[in-house]
Amino acid sequence: MINFKAILAIYFHEIERTKRTLFQSIISPIISTSLYFIIFGAAIGSRINEIDGVSYGMYIVPGLLMLNLLTQSISNGSFSTFFPKFNGTIFELQAAPISGIEMIIGFVGATASKSILLGTLIIITSTFFIDLNIAHPILMIFFLIITSITFSMFGFIIGLWADNFEKLTLIPLIIVTPLVFLGGSFYSINMLPEFWQNISLLNPVLYLVSGFKYSFYEISDVSIMTSIITILIILLICILFIIIIFVKGYNLRN
Amino acid sequence: MTNLISLKKVNKFYNNSYHALKDVNLNIKKGEIFALLGPNGAGKSTLINTICGLAYHSSGLINIAGLDLKKNRKFIKTMIGLVPQELHLEAFDTVFSNVCYSRGLWGKKNNYELVNNLLKKLKLFEKKDSLLIQLSGGMKRRVLIAKALSHNPKILFLDEPSAGVDVELRQEMWEIIYKLKEEGVTIILTTHYIEEAEEIADRVGIINEGRIILVEEKKQLLAKLGNKKLVLKLSKKLKSLPIFLKNYSAKLNKNGKELEINLDKSKNDILDIISLIKKNKLSFLEFDIKKRSLESIFIDFIKGNTK
Repeated sequence: MINFKAILAIYFHEIERTKRTLFQSIISPIISTSLYFIIFGAAIGSRINEIDGVSYGMYIVPGLLMLNLLTQSISNGSFSTFFPKFNGTIFELQAAPISGIEMIIGFVGATASKSILLGTLIIITSTFFIDLNIAHPILMIFFLIITSITFSMFGFIIGLWADNFEKLTLIPLIIVTPLVFLGGSFYSINMLPEFWQNISLLNPVLYLVSGFKYSFYEISDVSIMTSIITILIILLICILFIIIIFVKGYNLRN
Repeated sequence: MTNLISLKKVNKFYNNSYHALKDVNLNIKKGEIFALLGPNGAGKSTLINTICGLAYHSSGLINIAGLDLKKNRKFIKTMIGLVPQELHLEAFDTVFSNVCYSRGLWGKKNNYELVNNLLKKLKLFEKKDSLLIQLSGGMKRRVLIAKALSHNPKILFLDEPSAGVDVELRQEMWEIIYKLKEEGVTIILTTHYIEEAEEIADRVGIINEGRIILVEEKKQLLAKLGNKKLVLKLSKKLKSLPIFLKNYSAKLNKNGKELEINLDKSKNDILDIISLIKKNKLSFLEFDIKKRSLESIFIDFIKGNTK
């Protein structure tokens, strides 16, 4: 029988933790995004030509959104699983009658909810700086939700794998952030020489940013179907990893 | 009393092939207080973690309330409460919210009245809105007990409940354990201290190097192992044991400055020994009667020195 109350207990426990760290979890990313809008949108953006028929301030919205969704989902997801290991409270999760799936739904659900809330607040914030029109709102919501869930799950895996704080921040800072910056968040890959265009196509984040751009402005670096398939493949890989982790008991039980 | 927990030939290997539990056979009766004694690294926590489902056993059978642990792990966990040895708590949560969280994890509905009553019983009610980081070590241990009891477990595991706890709190904890026993909870505790086992346990088991080497009724065990010793701080160094003590189990410590004489529990021979020492004009600065720690008794036990 599914332990729904345990899922809700984990979910609301994590949400309460976010309330306690509101500045770090929500306000800080919004402030940094606003700074991006001020600098790249208003100050420098006014001197940059339109890209694919969209003003530069508008062009960077999907990329900034993706940057925050990815980094925050991974950071929050990894912290929420690493911390019980770090402070020892994981014993309670191990002793409680909770299955791996219930644990995942609780933790990933809470992290993804935070990311979705953050993404929504960033979109609202962007309207203070630009005239935002969303061409395909349902598709945009799909990308917002699926990206949040997928990368919260990725964060969950990192949290289980990490055995120190350095490892915890390693992947978001060293791998994910550069991939977002080089994934066409602030430019179209068509602006690059052909060689670098081909190299860019090896970056999975490019497909996610491109899908987001399409949902906002109907412009993209790759086809929308490729973007949808990419995010679904990443999601499946994360699910597969989690299944392996729970079957093997990796870093969860002795 | 019927057996609530039954272990048959349970073995546990860790990934590095360390053999932590070796053919463990153990029965724990419903409603009893069972104390598991043993030195550090003996396998006490591994055994508890295995029964509680935190670690998986490699072979053997663990039966709880008539159910096989391997097949009914999730259901069996609903019956168990665990108080760990270390004070593992989330620093910035409040006492009340953290206890409610535990209740939720065990699939129970919110019940503020029950949690409040539990906090009152454990003398934590005044601190219900305090952050866990603000509590003393003793209070944190009580919070861990409250968390373990929040879902009304039938079996309560207490891993070293007296570790780092002052005498007053230890007494309070014993009272809590008695009350739980009266309510029908089966209690299994691990401890280093024979005093604790002496005070509260119905039966005692000794584990060493992953093997259960002894399970006995408390009274019988104390008769065997719980003897005391007379320790004399001598005025002058002695090179060897005085001949007049040849009939006693005695030894010299601290380069001959301290004389230690084991007392026989069945005879009240302290006065006899003191008068014997006076009669033989062996001067001493002070004397003390010490109860042997389980560690020392245990070392003697496995060396075969304890009769």
